[in-house]
Amino acid sequence: MTPLLEVHDLHVDISLSHARLHAVRGVSLVVGTGEAVGLVGESGSGKSLALRALLGMLPVPVRFAGGTVLLDGEDVTGLPAKQRHRKLTDAMSMIFQDSLTALNPVMRVGDQIAEAPLRKLGKSRSEANAIAVDLMGKVGIPDPERRFRSYPHELSGGMRQRICIAIALSTKPRLILADEPTTALDVTIQAQVLGVLRRLKEEEHVAMLLVSHDLAVVSQACSRLYVMYAGKVVESGRLMDLVSVPKHPYTFSLLRSVPDPDHRVDRLLTIDGQPPDLSESLTGCSFAPRCPFATDRCRGEDPELEHVEGAVGAPRQSACWHFDSADRWAEAVQAEMARQR
Amino acid sequence: MSAPTVAFDPLEPPEPDVLAPRRRLRRRQRNTPLVAGLTLFGLIVLVALCAPLLTSHDPIQQSLNDAFLAPGSAGHPLGTDALGRDVWARLLYGARVDLRVAVLAVVSPFIIGSLIGLVAGWFGGWIDTIIGRVIDVVIAFPFLVLIIALVFTMGPGTTSIYVAITVVGWVAYARIVRAQVLVAKEQEYAMAARVSGLPTWRILLRHLLPNVVLQAIVFSMSDIVLTLLAIVTLGFLGLGVPPPTPDWGTMIQEGQQFILSKWYMSTIPGLAVVLTGLSLALIADGIVEKANRR
Repeated sequence: MTPLLEVHDLHVDISLSHARLHAVRGVSLVVGTGEAVGLVGESGSGKSLALRALLGMLPVPVRFAGGTVLLDGEDVTGLPAKQRHRKLTDAMSMIFQDSLTALNPVMRVGDQIAEAPLRKLGKSRSEANAIAVDLMGKVGIPDPERRFRSYPHELSGGMRQRICIAIALSTKPRLILADEPTTALDVTIQAQVLGVLRRLKEEEHVAMLLVSHDLAVVSQACSRLYVMYAGKVVESGRLMDLVSVPKHPYTFSLLRSVPDPDHRVDRLLTIDGQPPDLSESLTGCSFAPRCPFATDRCRGEDPELEHVEGAVGAPRQSACWHFDSADRWAEAVQAEMARQR
Repeated sequence: MSAPTVAFDPLEPPEPDVLAPRRRLRRRQRNTPLVAGLTLFGLIVLVALCAPLLTSHDPIQQSLNDAFLAPGSAGHPLGTDALGRDVWARLLYGARVDLRVAVLAVVSPFIIGSLIGLVAGWFGGWIDTIIGRVIDVVIAFPFLVLIIALVFTMGPGTTSIYVAITVVGWVAYARIVRAQVLVAKEQEYAMAARVSGLPTWRILLRHLLPNVVLQAIVFSMSDIVLTLLAIVTLGFLGLGVPPPTPDWGTMIQEGQQFILSKWYMSTIPGLAVVLTGLSLALIADGIVEKANRR
């Protein structure tokens, strides 16, 4: 079956006066119909830019520098801008991090939800309003008829993000791109909003590509993950496999740096150093300088993202020369920490 | 790592908006500049509208026997001018002419300039470059020189004033709106509208314009004052509203010859200009304050 969305070898550059940053360096990913996929990585790993690049909506100094985007198996990258925009926006919509700036401050929220049905899907005013009220109910807004007439600043953060989700749904998309949708919310509201997203995926069969720096967030909503580091995907696989047996030292270190209520540890792991400077051309694995398991090969040659043969839960990919020794990483780290103490 | 367990139903109804009453209370706060400005401007407009009720004199009726009466003379509260016309009546009827021309002359530059700025800021590229060059050329000339030259070529009269002020005035609005659009189009709501696949004109007029137009409205208040001054200046140069129609600029100019002996002849219409300007400036301040409070 052809997947809904395929991205191959996506590159994004940022042109600055003194340098050119290679912010996304060959990202490939696949989202199936009705599937919820997570894209995790730290700030500056290029995850948001990758999302914007595949929509063709990059801000000015940022440039699409190569790659193909396939929608239902059809390459849309070569299409004229207008046609591509139409195809992409027909299939996808987007949710943003900050719901206050993502809503038009001078327009009633109901009108903002009804707008696409009215202007794009050709519904009448009363049909469009009915759709809006219905969507507001679906995303868990109490008393939607009354809230219809509210302005964004009159609603709480959680309510606003629900409105954004309703707007995203109003175009009847098959895929929702969510860029850090819960980062601006506190944890309880975060859980509510994630609950809404999860329920939509199940009830409306909308596929989702959820971008976040927070593993806990994506793990609540997604079944498959891509882990990004320094503009590249370093590991991918099903959520449970990836979390239980990471096959890339970056994923491994990330998981080790989060407290786990089931396993008490004295100290959490920290990842020394900082991500590489993307304006320089990198030799070797981009994580090698910070990797406790790096060898000379890692520093000299850049590993490709390859299928991990025989691993549980295929398709499983890792960009590490040493993924087959992954089961020994835990012991090694334990020993090192013991030695330091 | 295991996913944190959620101990409550994530779909439970969210918190009621407890802050709403306080917000309503805050909105009731006084906006002194806006109230003062609107009151003053309203009074001036009212006085202009009710001119026939406030004076029994005809503003163009000459009476050489009554020339140069000082303010406070019987029947002529503000005196008479060199041709014996009642100054109070001329001031009132002059307000009708000057206010109408000033307000109308700002409407078309406001609309045209805002739309051009919207287009330039949104599309960027060569469209923006061309519009930018045209703006630079217009701005390179001093405002009044260009207006005077245009009115001089077209001949005095209100039509010439409208055309000249539109030709010169739109650039200010275009620049203001363009700068605001450059900021607004990177905002997420603009991007959200684009991802929704809405038509471009719809995004521009419904999502961007309402969010960027405020600065242009604030500027239009001072622009009315500038336009009023331009009309007054044109009148002073004999290029404005043709005589004998009363107009503040012409009145100031006529009084100028007697400025040393009869200072009030120029000062009275001058004060009218100042008061009108003050009221509009207060309104502009009030709008900014209202916007900031939101």
